Amino acid sequence: MSQYLLLVYEEEVDPAVQAEREQVTPLLVELHASLREAGLLVSVQRLHSTESATSVRLHDGEAEITDGPFAVTKEVLAGYYVLECADLDEALKQAARLPMARWATIEVRPVIAPDDWLRVAREAGVDLPDEAVEDLA
Amino acid sequence: MEPADPVSAAIARAFRDERAIVLATLIRQAGDFQLAEDAVQDAFEAAVTVWRRDGVPANPGAWITTAARRRAIDRLRRDRSVADRAERLAELTRLDAQREEPLVDEESTIVDDRLRLVFTCCHPALAMPARVALTLRALGGLTTGEIARAFLVAEPTMGKRIVRAKRKIADAHIPYRVPADEELPDRLRGVLRVVYLIFNEGYAAAEGERLVREELCDEAIRLGELLCGLMADDAEVWGLSALMLLHDARRAARVDPSGRYVALDAQDRSLWDQDRIRDGLAKLEHAVRLRRPGEYQLQAAITALQIQAPDAEATDWAQIAELYGALVGLNPSPVVELNRAVAVGLAHGPAAGLELLVPLLGDPALERYQPLHAAHAELLRRAGDPAGAADAYERALALTANAVERAELERRMGALR
Repeated sequence: MSQYLLLVYEEEVDPAVQAEREQVTPLLVELHASLREAGLLVSVQRLHSTESATSVRLHDGEAEITDGPFAVTKEVLAGYYVLECADLDEALKQAARLPMARWATIEVRPVIAPDDWLRVAREAGVDLPDEAVEDLA
Repeated sequence: MEPADPVSAAIARAFRDERAIVLATLIRQAGDFQLAEDAVQDAFEAAVTVWRRDGVPANPGAWITTAARRRAIDRLRRDRSVADRAERLAELTRLDAQREEPLVDEESTIVDDRLRLVFTCCHPALAMPARVALTLRALGGLTTGEIARAFLVAEPTMGKRIVRAKRKIADAHIPYRVPADEELPDRLRGVLRVVYLIFNEGYAAAEGERLVREELCDEAIRLGELLCGLMADDAEVWGLSALMLLHDARRAARVDPSGRYVALDAQDRSLWDQDRIRDGLAKLEHAVRLRRPGEYQLQAAITALQIQAPDAEATDWAQIAELYGALVGLNPSPVVELNRAVAVGLAHGPAAGLELLVPLLGDPALERYQPLHAAHAELLRRAGDPAGAADAYERALALTANAVERAELERRMGALR
C-alpha cells in the first residue's frame, strides 16, 4: 500500500457559481464515508480562499512575510485528500470519483514513504538513527 | 544486417526472439523495471563473452533467463533503494535454486507477463511520447539511439524521456498487471493507439526527406502481431493488424525512384507486396468473424476495397464513402470527415464532396491542417475551378514540411496551368 496526495485545483469563482458548486456537498459526505469505510481515507481538508493566504520565506535569516499565495495562478489549491491505495490505478480511480473533478483538476502525487525518505537523506550523507523514521513522517 | 559469425547471429536471434519475454518475466519477479532491464542488458553482454568461449548453449533463451536473474540478484544485493528488497531477493534466489530451468514457463504465464509489460508501457499516466518510446524499447528491443533517430530527437533527450518514464512507474507505483475486466476495453484501445501511432510515424513521416521510416512500420506490425497472439478474442486487435499490413503492402509504390510521393491512383500495383496483402486480408476476415465492429476494422475494410479493385477507376468509392460514414458515426474526427468528403467526391462527383468540406473549411482549428487544403484543391480542380484550386494548393504548400509531399503538391499545382 502507498499513500497518494490528491490536490484539488480549481478556479475561484463568483458567489453565484460557488453556491452551485456547494450543491455537491451531500455527495461528498457520502463519498468520504465510503472512502473511510474502505480504509482508504487518511485525511481530507478544504482550504479557505487564496485571499487569506500568507507566504513566508527566510531572507538573511529573517522571515519575510507576504500577503497572498506562493504563485498567482488562475487555478488555485482548494483542498486535498491523502489516500491509502494499492497502486496508482486505484488512486486515479478514486480521483475520478470526486464530484469536483467536473470543474477542478485533481493532481495525484505519490507520497514518499517514511523509510524511503530516511534512506534518501542517508544517501545524501545525513546521519540519522533508525528511530528518526517515526518522527519524519 | 545479419552478423557474419554464428555466435553473433545466435545472440542477435536471442535478442530478437527472447529479450522481451525474459524482460517481461523478470520485471514481475524483481518488481523493478529499471533493474530488470539493466540485468537483461548485462546478461546479453555476458553472452557475448561466454558463448564465444564455451559455444552457443542448447537453449539460448533459458541461458539468458538464468543469467539475467543472477545479475538481478547481484544488483539487488548492491542496491538498497528497492523498497521490498528482501522479499524480492528471497523470491529470485528461490527461483535460482531450482536446479532445472523449466524449459518453457507455463505458456499462460509468458502471455500474462508480456501483456503486463504492454499495459505498463502504454499506461495512460505516462505522456504519449514516453509510452511510444518505452514500448519500442521494452517490447521492440530498439535501442535508445534507434528510437531517438526514428523520432528525430537528440539521443540524450530520448534517454531522459525513457528514464523519467521508468522512474514514474516506480515512484507512483504504476501497477504491473493486466487491467481488470471493466477497464480492459478502454486500456486496450490505448495500447492500440500507441501501436498505430508508431506505425503512422513511420508511414507518413511529418518531417524530413524520407516519406517512410521503415523500421517503425516493421516494429508496429510486429507489435500488432504480438497483440493478435496475446489478445486473440479482440476484433479490433486483428483489425489494427490488418490495417497496418494493408497500408504497408503499398510501401514500395508510395515513393518513386527519385523519392517523389505517388498518389494511390497513380501507384504501380505490381509493386504492392502480395504476401502482406494476403496476410492483411486474412486478418481482416478473422476480425470480422468476431462480430465486434470497430474503427480499425472499418479503416482496414476501406483499405481492402482500394487494394482489391483492379485499378483506381474501378474502385467501389460509393461503398468506401459508406464505410467512412460508419466511421464518422463511431468516432467523428476531422480526418475521417475529410476522407469521407474525398470518397464522396469520387463516388458522386466533386460538388457532393465540396459540400461536405464546407464545415471543415469553416473550422478555425483546421486552418493549418495541410491535407484539408490539398483535398480542397483537388476537388476544386475537378469541379473546373483552376483559380480556386491554385489558391488551395498554395495554402497546402505553406503547411508542408515533408520534402516529398511538397514536390507532389508543386507538381499538381503546375499541372493546373
